[in-house]
Amino acid sequence: MSIILDKVNYIYGSETAYELHALKDINLVIEDGQFIGIIGHTGSGKSTLIQHFNGLIKPTSGSIYYNGEDISDSDFNKKKLRSKVGLVFQYPEHQLFEVNVFEDVCFGPRNLGLSEKEAQLRAYEALKMVGFEEDLFYQSPFELSGGQKRRVAIAGVLAMKPDILILDEPTAGLDPKGRDEILEQIKTLHETTNMTVILVSHSMEDVAKYVDRLIVMNQGEVKYDDTPKEVFGHYLELEEMGLAAPQVTYIMNRLREKNIPVNVNVTTIEEAKEEILRVFKNR
Amino acid sequence: MGIIKSKNLVFEYIRRDEEGNVEAINRAVNEVNIEIKQGDFVAILGHNGSGKSTLAKHMNAILQPTEGDIWIDGKDTKDIDQLWEIRKTAGMVFQNPDNQIIGTVVEEDVGFGPENIGIPTPQIWERVEKGLKAVNMLSFRKHSPNKLSGGQKQRVAIAGIVAMQPKCIVLDEPTAMLDPNGRKEVIDTITRLNKEEGVTVILITHYMEEVIGADKVYVMDQGSVVMEGTPKEIFSRVDELKQYRLDVPQVTLLAEELKESGVSLSDGILTIDELVNEICQLY
Repeated sequence: MSIILDKVNYIYGSETAYELHALKDINLVIEDGQFIGIIGHTGSGKSTLIQHFNGLIKPTSGSIYYNGEDISDSDFNKKKLRSKVGLVFQYPEHQLFEVNVFEDVCFGPRNLGLSEKEAQLRAYEALKMVGFEEDLFYQSPFELSGGQKRRVAIAGVLAMKPDILILDEPTAGLDPKGRDEILEQIKTLHETTNMTVILVSHSMEDVAKYVDRLIVMNQGEVKYDDTPKEVFGHYLELEEMGLAAPQVTYIMNRLREKNIPVNVNVTTIEEAKEEILRVFKNR
Repeated sequence: MGIIKSKNLVFEYIRRDEEGNVEAINRAVNEVNIEIKQGDFVAILGHNGSGKSTLAKHMNAILQPTEGDIWIDGKDTKDIDQLWEIRKTAGMVFQNPDNQIIGTVVEEDVGFGPENIGIPTPQIWERVEKGLKAVNMLSFRKHSPNKLSGGQKQRVAIAGIVAMQPKCIVLDEPTAMLDPNGRKEVIDTITRLNKEEGVTVILITHYMEEVIGADKVYVMDQGSVVMEGTPKEIFSRVDELKQYRLDVPQVTLLAEELKESGVSLSDGILTIDELVNEICQLY
C-alpha cells in the first residue's frame, strides 16, 4: 500500500500577506511495511507533511498517489483513504469523548458503516493490540492515567484497520516507563502485522532505537532520507537545524577526538557499549 | 526557614456523585515534607499521576492543602490575605505555551502580570525589557506571539513571570512539547536565571537529562517523596528509579552497562565529559 508524493508543494495563506511556503517540492515514496521516523524542528513542515498522507490537506501543487491512484482525482474515495491511513494526532487523548473505553474505540468502525458485531470485534482486537487490560474496558476514559488514555486513542485508530499508521509525537508528556511501553507496543504491532508505521518524534534517542528509515525535514524540505545511522552522522548539520544526535553519538565522537579508535557510527546504548568494549579488548 | 517548606502536606481529590455524596477520595499528595533553600535549583521527578503537579500547584496557592501546611517565603498559603504576596513570590510556568499567552504582541503579554499587580507604567516597561532580556527575546518584543516557535513562546511565558520579579519560579514540564533546540533554550534560560539572578527554580520534568545540573532532586511516587538527594546520588540508584517508572540519563545508563561488563568506572556518572575522561584514563 505505497504512498508516492510527487513534487508536492503546500502554501498556507496563498496570495495573502501571511503566505507561508510550508512544503517545497517534496518527493517521497513510502513503501509497504517500513518503520519510518520523521524529525524536524517546530515549524519545519512535519505536521503539514503527514496531513497530506491521508488527504486531510490538498497539495497546492504536485500529486499524491495511493496505490497508484491519484488522490485528487474526483472519483477517488477519500473516505476509504482515511480509514486506510490512520493518523494519531498529538495528545490524542483530548479527543476521547465516549462514556467508556470500549464505546470510544467502537466509534471509528461504526462510522465506517460496519455491523455492530464487526465494530465490537475490531474494538476488542484493537484494545488487545495496544495491551489494554480487559477489566478497564468499561471504565470512563477520563479516569485513566496518561499512558492508558493514549493507548485507547491509538486503539481507536487501529480499529479502523489501517494499512499505514502515522503517530505524531505519541510519547509527548509521558513518563519514561510509559514512553518505553508505548514505543515497544508500536514496535510489536509493526512486527506482527507488518503495518507501515510513521513516527513523528522530537526524541532523537527514540527514533535511533526504533526506526529503519529516518526523514529529516527542514524549512519545508526533505533534508535527509536515510537510515538513522547515516542521518546522525551529520550531527553538526542537524544541530544547525535545531535538532541533535542521540547522546551516545556525541560520546563516541568525543572519544574519537581523544584518539580512542571507536567507530563513531553508533546511535544506541547497546551499540555504544559493544563498541567501547571492543576497543578495550583490542587495546 | 527555606523559601518553600511543607509539613505533613496532604491533598485529596474528592469525587462526588450527582447528589453531592462522596464517591471516591484520591490522595494525590501524601504527607510530604520538603524544604527548598532560597537560590537552589530543585528538580521533581515522578511518573504520570505520582502527584508532582498537584504538589507544584500548592507552591503558589492554586491548591490548598487538605491537611498539613505549606509556607512560601514564610507565608502560610491558607492565609487568604497573603494570596497576592504568595503569587508574587512564586510564579508558575506550565507545559503548553499556547495556553499561557494572552497578549497579541510579545511585550504586552509580558507586561500583563506587572500591570495586574498595579505597577506604575514606566516601571512596567522597565520590567518588560528586563524580563525579555533575561530570556534573550528582547529583539522579538514587537512580534506577534503566534509566529514564534514553541521554545520562543515558552521563553516569553517565562519572561512574563520574570517581570513579576518572583523569588521563585515553578515550572511544570515546560519542555514536554518542544523540539530539542526549544528544550535547550528553555533549560539554558532557567539555569541562567538561577545562577545569575539567584532565582529559586523548581523544575518538574520527564527528561532525565534536564536534571543533571540541579542542586537537589526529589522523586515522587503515589503522592509521597520516595527519594531525595543530589543528581549523582539519585541517578546511581538505577534499579530503584526504574521501579518508580523513571529512567537515568543515557550517559549514566551507558556507564552502568559498561560497569556491568567489567569496565571499572565510578558510580553516578552524569555528563559526557565525566564519562569520556574516565574512559580515556582507563584506556
